[in-house]
Amino acid sequence: MDPTLAGALQALALVAALALSHRPLGDYLAHLLTSAKHLRVERGIYRLIGVNGDFDQTWMAYLRSVLAFSAASVLFLYAFQRLQNHLWLSLGFPAVGPATAWNTAASFVTNTNWQSYSGEATMGHLVQMAGLAVQNFLSAAVAIGVVAALIRGFHRNRTDRVGNLWVDLVRVTLRLLLPVSVVFAIVFVAAGMVENLHAAAQVTTLSGGGQSLPGGPVASQEVIKEFGTNGGGFYNANSAHPFENPNPFTNWLEIYLLLVISFSLPRTFGTMVGDRRQGYAIVAVMAVFWVGSASLLTFFEWQHNGTALQAAGAAMEGKEVRFGIAASTLFASSTTLTSTGAVDAAHDSLSPLGGGVTVFDMMLGEIAPGGTGSGLYGMLVLAVVAVFVAGLMVGRTPEYLGKKLGGREMKFASLYILTTPAIVLIGTGVAMTFRGERAAILNSGPHGFSEVLYAFTSAANNNGSAFAGLTVTSTWWNTALGLVMLFGRLLPMVFVLALAGSLARQQPVPATAGTLPTHRPLFVGMLSGVVLIVVGLTYFPALALGPLAEGLHR
Amino acid sequence: MAKPLPALVRLHLTGLRVILVFTVVCGLAYPLLITGIAQVAFSRQANGSQLRQNGQVVGSSLLGQTFDLPKKNPNDPKEQARPDPKWFQPRPSAAGAGYDATASGASNLGPNDPGLTQTIHDRRAAVAAFDGVAPGRVPPDALTASGSGLDPDISPAYAYQQVDRVAKARGLDAAKVRQLVEDHVQDRNLGFLGGPRVAVVPLNLALARIG
Repeated sequence: MDPTLAGALQALALVAALALSHRPLGDYLAHLLTSAKHLRVERGIYRLIGVNGDFDQTWMAYLRSVLAFSAASVLFLYAFQRLQNHLWLSLGFPAVGPATAWNTAASFVTNTNWQSYSGEATMGHLVQMAGLAVQNFLSAAVAIGVVAALIRGFHRNRTDRVGNLWVDLVRVTLRLLLPVSVVFAIVFVAAGMVENLHAAAQVTTLSGGGQSLPGGPVASQEVIKEFGTNGGGFYNANSAHPFENPNPFTNWLEIYLLLVISFSLPRTFGTMVGDRRQGYAIVAVMAVFWVGSASLLTFFEWQHNGTALQAAGAAMEGKEVRFGIAASTLFASSTTLTSTGAVDAAHDSLSPLGGGVTVFDMMLGEIAPGGTGSGLYGMLVLAVVAVFVAGLMVGRTPEYLGKKLGGREMKFASLYILTTPAIVLIGTGVAMTFRGERAAILNSGPHGFSEVLYAFTSAANNNGSAFAGLTVTSTWWNTALGLVMLFGRLLPMVFVLALAGSLARQQPVPATAGTLPTHRPLFVGMLSGVVLIVVGLTYFPALALGPLAEGLHR
Repeated sequence: MAKPLPALVRLHLTGLRVILVFTVVCGLAYPLLITGIAQVAFSRQANGSQLRQNGQVVGSSLLGQTFDLPKKNPNDPKEQARPDPKWFQPRPSAAGAGYDATASGASNLGPNDPGLTQTIHDRRAAVAAFDGVAPGRVPPDALTASGSGLDPDISPAYAYQQVDRVAKARGLDAAKVRQLVEDHVQDRNLGFLGGPRVAVVPLNLALARIG
């Protein structure tokens, strides 16, 4: 079959699968996040953790719970890694160093899964499955809780209650993430992924050399790594590693899993606010960017500009033969447009403009469709901005879903959209001023700058993929990027929850002839424009110095 | 009676209790359940799709290997590896000294890197001379390192290119070796997922069986 046709069919099959899941998964999540009934096992867990499952929190209490939970998680995960040599299944690895342990704890708690370590040479099986992978579940569930609080802000009136974090967290984990993981972990093993508790086995190869065959509970971790848009690889090579991604079918399934929650949450949103058309408008904007990014990236990789890629005759550096170009670019676009950051090809070796697309994807704020939960709340904040801009054009107080967007709401929305770019650009600027930190760059010229820009963009947006030529194992890089990940995760959550609280308090205003309909193609276009303009204006200078300088140079 | 703990401390302890509960549920019960099912129902895959020769494990069908001649001086780390003409050769690898599964990874060199560009030119000349083909015909996967450094596959074009050289080095009929490659070509999954490929280690294992 012609590779172009095969690539198109592969993407179409993905679109079909996502479209089929949109309704059932979205409605199931809406039910989960609104039902008053608790399962017996959930009531047991509430007793164990000492919370009242029938008690709704104010936005402040919800936020305090998120922050306390994140703090406890970072400390727990840090201690776990520091003590791994005293625990079972450590495979003989020593305790993880303090800087790496801090960075990794921040990374997994924030759903980033940036990895400054090499899995097969650093982490024992226990710390992987009972430490890191647990946060794969919980960090995804927390973000779904936060977006649920924001949606409740839209559909609840005259209340200061936005939900209960512990209930959202327990329900999402037990009723969605865990059962789906069980099913697909078994599918993954059947398709060839490894799942054992062995240490590496030394074998003599066919030609008489030696090779070390690694083991590990990989399939069980792989599912939630994608489904929770985490992205932390069991092995250093992540989803390029044949044990994590043995064939094109598992590759396709991994892409599906990392997109499916985020593409279904707009349905949850539409259902919960009682107007499903609102969800369709949001999902349409997400789809526009996803299709655009995947098409552009694939086009640039097929073009294979760059002296090295031209010399080889195709952009195969850093790519696996079993995936080829199209399956690698589909993965790269999807992983950078969500907060996943798993990679099945080396992004550092993508063509100049292709690599630029992956950075740009993350700079969009990971909203198309974005990380589990975080994608939708990011998109809803931008929708608030779009409605506000439209309101300015006609000179009336804007409202979205019956809620007035006044000064208070716009302050939170503005702080949200300013935070991440500020962290990215200040971080990149600071790193570039230090000669010692610049020495971590592998590639020369604009591509070297792109490595640093990519690192801060990835960490601040909680993506976790990398232009991995950059050596980030030093104390400075580990500490700085750890802080960037925490600020990039928690500050936006503060503003989202504050916005939720402020919306929930309001009495809705009835729609009039002057209200901007937010479910029509006009609004889809308007919101897409706002996304592009906000991001474009913010990041253009930085992009010009890196990927654009390299890609447009002749 | 002791004073109740401050609210902020209690909140953090609630967080810690949540972590402990889910460490048991998602961190122990779940992976152990999957490992149990996998070991019973899919033990071949779950244990790494091992390949055996005369009862000995010689590798995994999922992980590539080097097929080099023995080193002249095994203690010299600087000695260049020389490909063994009797075997089908895999792609270049950036994992350790080549196909080292304790150090998976890519070269991470950029698309305009002068060093990488030169390396690719050098590889083209070397592979063309080794396989006795025109340099312009060497396929891209033979010149580039993969993302994992453990890529088990090469393109069908690269496999067919190596047939004559392997057959000559082994004193086998080229048609027989070509047939072997044909038997090992895998199409895209379902006809449209991924790329067509030939897994090198299983191919070489089959080659070793016919002599």
